Amino acid sequence: MAEEMRIVLRNYGKIDPLKIDDYMAQGGYKSLEKASSMDREALIEEVKKSNLRGRGGAGFNCGQKWSFAYKANADEKYVICNADEGEPGTYKDRLIMENDPHTLIEGMAICAYAIGSAKGFIYLRGEYPQLIDTLNIAIGQAKEKGVLKGFDIEVRSGAGAYVCGEETALIESIEGKRGEPRFKPPYPPSEGLWMKPTIVNNVETFANVPVIIEKGAEWYAAIGVPSYPGTKVFTLTGDVNNKSFVEVPTNTTIREVVYQFGGGIPGGKKFKAVQIGGTSGAFIPDSLLDTPVAFDNMSAIGATLGSGAVFVLDETRDIVDVTTRIAKFFEHESCGKCAPCREGTARMHELMEAVNSGQGSLKDIELMQKLGNVMSIACLCGLGQAAPSPILTTIKHFGTDYNAKLM
Amino acid sequence: MDYKDIIASYADKPGGIIEAYHAVQRELSYLPVEAVTEAARVFNLPASEAYGVATFYSMFSVASRGKNVIRICESAPCHVAGAAEVVSALERELGIKMGESTADGKFALEFTECVGQCQATPVITINGKPHLDVSPAKIPAILAEYK
Repeated sequence: MAEEMRIVLRNYGKIDPLKIDDYMAQGGYKSLEKASSMDREALIEEVKKSNLRGRGGAGFNCGQKWSFAYKANADEKYVICNADEGEPGTYKDRLIMENDPHTLIEGMAICAYAIGSAKGFIYLRGEYPQLIDTLNIAIGQAKEKGVLKGFDIEVRSGAGAYVCGEETALIESIEGKRGEPRFKPPYPPSEGLWMKPTIVNNVETFANVPVIIEKGAEWYAAIGVPSYPGTKVFTLTGDVNNKSFVEVPTNTTIREVVYQFGGGIPGGKKFKAVQIGGTSGAFIPDSLLDTPVAFDNMSAIGATLGSGAVFVLDETRDIVDVTTRIAKFFEHESCGKCAPCREGTARMHELMEAVNSGQGSLKDIELMQKLGNVMSIACLCGLGQAAPSPILTTIKHFGTDYNAKLM
Repeated sequence: MDYKDIIASYADKPGGIIEAYHAVQRELSYLPVEAVTEAARVFNLPASEAYGVATFYSMFSVASRGKNVIRICESAPCHVAGAAEVVSALERELGIKMGESTADGKFALEFTECVGQCQATPVITINGKPHLDVSPAKIPAILAEYK
């Protein structure tokens, strides 16, 4: 039996999120104090050794990212929290911010000290206006207590653009521009916000940091799968009994997430597929459910851990119809900067509509496979690269559903 | 407050045009062309760029729309939970189609992608406030709050 383990949600339900004293009574801001007394390089080394990898989807080693910004020479550096969680079916970052905003602030402040930054931003998705006050109250309290020293944090709102979850698009948006991804390199740790060295980490990533500093890198690195240690928060949606969330060590299997924590499929129906990581994730059949949820284990089965969304479909669902809806999503959310994505997402949606309405042929399926492979290589950012994944994986694992709809 | 005063209050914020647009919309529900032109002047941008920002983000509207903006999530989790029935019920109740506003200027109907409240699908938001587990039967009571 897999067990729940709460690291980033450790204070969930235990504290009043709007009272900094509650957070401090649980040991809050002690890690920041400890970190501030450490040598910067030793601190970054500790984070690196914990092998904490980004929780936003890309899975880059957090300490290593910090070391790039630390080494960069600049008069100003920035710390940005990516709170633009837009992957459909995902609300983990909202849970953290709603219930424990100070853990995020503390994580950001530790990063700021490590890289030598005096200014941070929380880029909060426009769909969470109610959290602007929560975050600003928490920031105000932390300043008043003097725990942030000279570090200032400003909350900026997104305005409904999925692509702004991509770090360079997010940076463009904070600069007041259209949220179009930049060409990389340069990467943000060398040239980010206003071309200054910038760290962009996800809410869940920052929320891990205070605990790593408190309990040590070795403690953290020993949790779950060694290549992607720690816990991951999952949010369960679709045809599952417990439409809820769970935080588990990364060696937990997909099956345990769906059946043990999700409580299985309602109404005595059978499982058909689960899409993990959000709408850009792969659809996974029953035969692969015993895979651990950790980053590289998921990659090995052609899937992604992504944001940790778990979208379950029962046997009665029309998976081609659901995938068509997803294709529409990507056509809508493509920013239009690069042709492979702008044209590719539109054509993929067109072809899916044809197949879904009984007007498609085997040639259309082959065309989608070819186009999908081109997009995964040629698109400028993760949006276009990942967009074909739900289509390609449903064709692969649920080909009979497609064949049944062909002309 | 006049849109000029609203925009002026963000003038010192680097990259603050998006915050300024949000503030204008809280007052007027949309971004009139004069407000976009004014933002271009205040933030020292070509008008084309200020307009480009206003039209890039799905929450901003450069066309006039109803005061209470109803957004219906059509992402996959809401899709399988019955968002289509909620759409029909809202269209019927308000007598308008998606993308339109009521003649009295009270309501606008729009699609949105995921709003991050997936524990209780389908979800709609009205002026940013989420309403959870929405069903056609619940629509009249929800709308009554805003009439």
